[in-house]
Amino acid sequence: MKDMKKIRIKNISLTMTVVLFAVMFIFGSARYDHFLSLSTFLNLFNDNAYLMIAGIGITFVLITGGIDISISSTIAFTGVFMAYCLERGVPSFVVIPTALIIGIIVGAVQGSLIHYFKLQPFIVTLAGQFLMRGLCVVISEASIPITDPFFKFMALGRIPIKLGESKALNGKIYYYVLIFVVVLVAALFILKKTAFGRAVYAIGGSEQSAELMGLNVARCKIGAYIISSFCASLAGVVFSFYTLAGYGLQNMGMELDAISSAVIGGTLLTGGVGSVFGTAVGAMIQGIIQTIVTYENLNTWWTKVTIAGLLCFFIVMQRIIAVRAEALKGKTAAAA
Amino acid sequence: MGKNKLLTMRGISKSFGKAVIALNDVQFDLEEGEIHALLGENGAGKSTLIKVLTGVEERDEGEIELCGRSIHPRSTNEAQQVGISTVYQEVNLCPNLTVAENIYIGRAPRTRLGGIDWNAMTRDAKELLEKFDLRLDVTQSLDNYSVAVQQMVAIARASDIKAKVLILDEPTSSLSNVEVEKLFSIMRKLRDQGMGIIFVTHFLDQVYEVTDRITVLRNGRYVGTYKTADLPRVELVSKMIGKDYAVLNQALLEGKEEKKAAKRGDVFINMKNVSHTGSISNMNLKISKGEVLGLSGLLGSGRSETARVLFGIDQVTGGELEINGEKVHLQHPLDAIRRDLAFCPENRKTEGIIADLSIRDNIALALQAKKGLFKKISKKEAQRIADEYIEKLEIKTPSADQLIKNLSGGNQQKVILARWLATDPKLLMLDEPTRGIDIGTKAEIQKIVIDLASQGMAVLFISSELDEELRCCKRIVVLKDMERAGEVEGDEISEGAVMQIMAGGEEQ
Amino acid sequence: MKNRLSKLSGNQAFWPVIIFLTIILFNTILTGGEFLSISIVDGHFYGRIIDIFRNGGKLMILAAGMTMVLATGGTDISVGSVMAISGAIACSIINGNLFPQLGGSVAMAIILAVCAGIVCGLWNGFLVSQIKIQPIVATMILLVAGRGIAQLITSGKIITINSDAYYFINGGYILGLPFPLYIVLFLVGLLLLFVHRTAFGLFLESIGCNQLASKFAGIKVNRFLLAIYTISGAFASVAGLIESAGIKGADCNNAGLNIELDAILAVAIGGTNLMGGRFSILSSVIGALIVQSITTTVLALGVPAAYIRVLKALLIIVICLSQSGKFKQYAAKLVSGKKHVRKEAVAL
Repeated sequence: MKDMKKIRIKNISLTMTVVLFAVMFIFGSARYDHFLSLSTFLNLFNDNAYLMIAGIGITFVLITGGIDISISSTIAFTGVFMAYCLERGVPSFVVIPTALIIGIIVGAVQGSLIHYFKLQPFIVTLAGQFLMRGLCVVISEASIPITDPFFKFMALGRIPIKLGESKALNGKIYYYVLIFVVVLVAALFILKKTAFGRAVYAIGGSEQSAELMGLNVARCKIGAYIISSFCASLAGVVFSFYTLAGYGLQNMGMELDAISSAVIGGTLLTGGVGSVFGTAVGAMIQGIIQTIVTYENLNTWWTKVTIAGLLCFFIVMQRIIAVRAEALKGKTAAAA
Repeated sequence: MGKNKLLTMRGISKSFGKAVIALNDVQFDLEEGEIHALLGENGAGKSTLIKVLTGVEERDEGEIELCGRSIHPRSTNEAQQVGISTVYQEVNLCPNLTVAENIYIGRAPRTRLGGIDWNAMTRDAKELLEKFDLRLDVTQSLDNYSVAVQQMVAIARASDIKAKVLILDEPTSSLSNVEVEKLFSIMRKLRDQGMGIIFVTHFLDQVYEVTDRITVLRNGRYVGTYKTADLPRVELVSKMIGKDYAVLNQALLEGKEEKKAAKRGDVFINMKNVSHTGSISNMNLKISKGEVLGLSGLLGSGRSETARVLFGIDQVTGGELEINGEKVHLQHPLDAIRRDLAFCPENRKTEGIIADLSIRDNIALALQAKKGLFKKISKKEAQRIADEYIEKLEIKTPSADQLIKNLSGGNQQKVILARWLATDPKLLMLDEPTRGIDIGTKAEIQKIVIDLASQGMAVLFISSELDEELRCCKRIVVLKDMERAGEVEGDEISEGAVMQIMAGGEEQ
Repeated sequence: MKNRLSKLSGNQAFWPVIIFLTIILFNTILTGGEFLSISIVDGHFYGRIIDIFRNGGKLMILAAGMTMVLATGGTDISVGSVMAISGAIACSIINGNLFPQLGGSVAMAIILAVCAGIVCGLWNGFLVSQIKIQPIVATMILLVAGRGIAQLITSGKIITINSDAYYFINGGYILGLPFPLYIVLFLVGLLLLFVHRTAFGLFLESIGCNQLASKFAGIKVNRFLLAIYTISGAFASVAGLIESAGIKGADCNNAGLNIELDAILAVAIGGTNLMGGRFSILSSVIGALIVQSITTTVLALGVPAAYIRVLKALLIIVICLSQSGKFKQYAAKLVSGKKHVRKEAVAL
């Protein structure tokens, strides 16, 4: 009985996620030439850094039991806004902070509407999604290229990593991946070691209890939405490093990717359980799917369909485990 | 006593909406180092007073002074910061966090770098719980432990906060006797350290065992404050229920006569070794037409769970269930309703009323479900049914169009009762039908139950108030640990007999 | 006051009608009366008003389905993708890429497209009612994957077809009025009949208020949820057919894009509480007309189309706030106390 208890939902999910990642990597390596290499692995970071950052942000909201489907629009808006400003000669050291502050404001407004007026998160963030997407098009309907030197520097600058002489042991990571690393470390610290982070979990466990235990629910809940939107705009910055352009129709439906990353990484959509590390691995699994789809030369829509399928699978699995755990608990209680 | 006044509340008034006056010019005071019972029937205003004190509700009028300083807490957090902490009846902790965190969240020890010091927290939590004789793995999440343990953890949390005033709002309803004793010794220890404790409870024995003074509220008004030692029990009870007592007894005595006259009919429900994984096991229960069967037992003994299985909410996983001599397998409440069963659930708010619908719709709902989607009850017909029951059950409302959420608890309960009576059931199951209801309505509902049985309906009556069961039921089945523990019938029925079975006396 | 309004269920449509008439009036004044003018060519009515009704057809259908979903406290944001799937299937069948053995039968194309919509709805309903995924996530899965599926059906191409029978769905006229209007009348009429002649409406409101209590009162909640999402999916597929007939082909990238917001907005304008509970399908249909006429008006004013979406997003938030009890409390606090009390008294 005691050993059974130790099998917690989050542990199962996280283990499964890592195993799944390994299996897919091995599958790819066995199937395709040149797949098994350091650069394939590192490219997962290079290509998905923005998704990981956005995923980490949304994990905070999901842990509180809420949802934020505005992030893809925020990413696109950040890109368009920055490209538009840079085109008009505003220096990058002004543009980037401004974009991030806009992200914070969007999160604060959404969070406040949700918390203070008890509006449903999905309605508020759906409206937010359309608002930001609409603003993108208001600024520019066409894609705006970015030529700013700092952006170019970040886009092209990379660190070569050499583990051996063989070509498979050579790879590189771009500077902007370091932003992801910083975000991950900061998020891990916040969730594990700060009062705010623990309160985020507490709210997900039971908002009423958190309130009665004297936690500042308003601050934490709104804080979670701020972090989500901030990470989205940071992801937008990284994405413009990646593409060197701002385009208003970019990243449509990416919130599903971010939510999938979190769920695949063991976050419960019902709140209270989740880890940003798992989210990062979840995003890498999606990266690997993308890579395999590319190697297979399939229509890119297959990626979307596969990821949606994977999300379904993980949610169903979580439900089964939860139901089992409940039954197990009941049995233990009855036996006692 | 001559001790320092810790807390004074004067002239507290609070009303909700238009007509509901929850508190009317109530006063309360608490001294350092005393345990002060706050008593009153349901609806007397105890919980509202506690909510006002802890900042959950804002008072309309009145003064609250803590240590001579006027306070005005607007949230639990603010109340905690000035030194008022609370343990509620239902566990208010986070099941997904560890035990240690549940104790220390919001004030966790820090490392030098400013992060939460998990090692220190685990250590402290262990030490603290050992004072309560609880040896747990505090790094496990809270939902691994029973409700009783969770409640103790909540108390540990509240007592460890540097509180001047500790409020315990019916903390003992889910605890065993041993655990209650443990709690009392801790309360005494805290009192000797100078803490003021407000103790809200239903159990008079506990009041006399542990408290120093008693304040009684009735119908939102202050009745008086007394030294526990100087107040005889009978007097306390009469202060709590006021003049209604005589009336109540009268009504019930009449009912009792009728009850004796009633004869038991054929067996309607027959549970043979019925189990539901995770709740009840090997339940044997027969309910006959025309009888009020009481189901008694402590919280979590399987009372409600039995009703849930009978009503098809939880499925039978072992044994056989017969209704009216026919073996059945209920998949959904609708299956039970179609077999003339009815169930008033325990949690009126979450499982009973449809808050935003009218009384008429609320009453018609179950009958409509029974009839099916396509046989719509016309508005006229629904109105007739509603009017009939509003009159019969004396539901106090201007009209059947009124939304049910605007009614008082007692009247809401009557509407739910009407919903089921409208389906013309052969078995009526009532789970805590009088909880949170004023004493007058309580007596009315009890009388209705007895009347219904005398007309041939089978009634399963579940209540945590033993005297209520003693009054209404002719036969009481006692449950313990999700199993049937014993049964008393007819003249054997007494508080002592039931309690003995509950405590496991029969087995010894 | 709110009680009294919703009590007379017909009256929930009162404000939407007033708003709609106001917009019409505004436009009439703006265009110097031209807005109202209806010309008859070949026995068909033409005019701005007729256009609103025709172009608003699919939105009215979606809003009717969405009303029920929102009334249960859920949401269905996959309607746009379902429209894309239905259009893709119908067009692929008609041009013979899919099921060539059907010989491009328009009738079969329509039937299969609607069947696909039903399957999509069943899928959503299954996820929501059986797996208990939050509706927003459950339908988001189809929102994203659905468009992918549509792309896979058409192999990622934009299909154009040549079929007068199919064009008729959007462009046809019967008795001088555009055909989509008849589809709306038929579907909405059917739905209204179902809601009012059976206990469906009562059960739906009950589920929207309190699922658990509804189950305890003997309502098979899961089955209802499944049915409601299925209806929403079926309605979306019909809307998809109208849209695809309108563009005479299937464009999986843009079919029904962002229309879920319009549908939700229409329901919100219709006065149905987005938190679930009381609802009125008729009001939502009028709400859809309002959304359509706003679009027409804003375009007529020469405002770029991009602003419309921003406007709609803001509008939804404002309506939600006006429905929020908390917001009313805050607002009441801001307004001087006495004034508020008097208002309350009048309202009672």
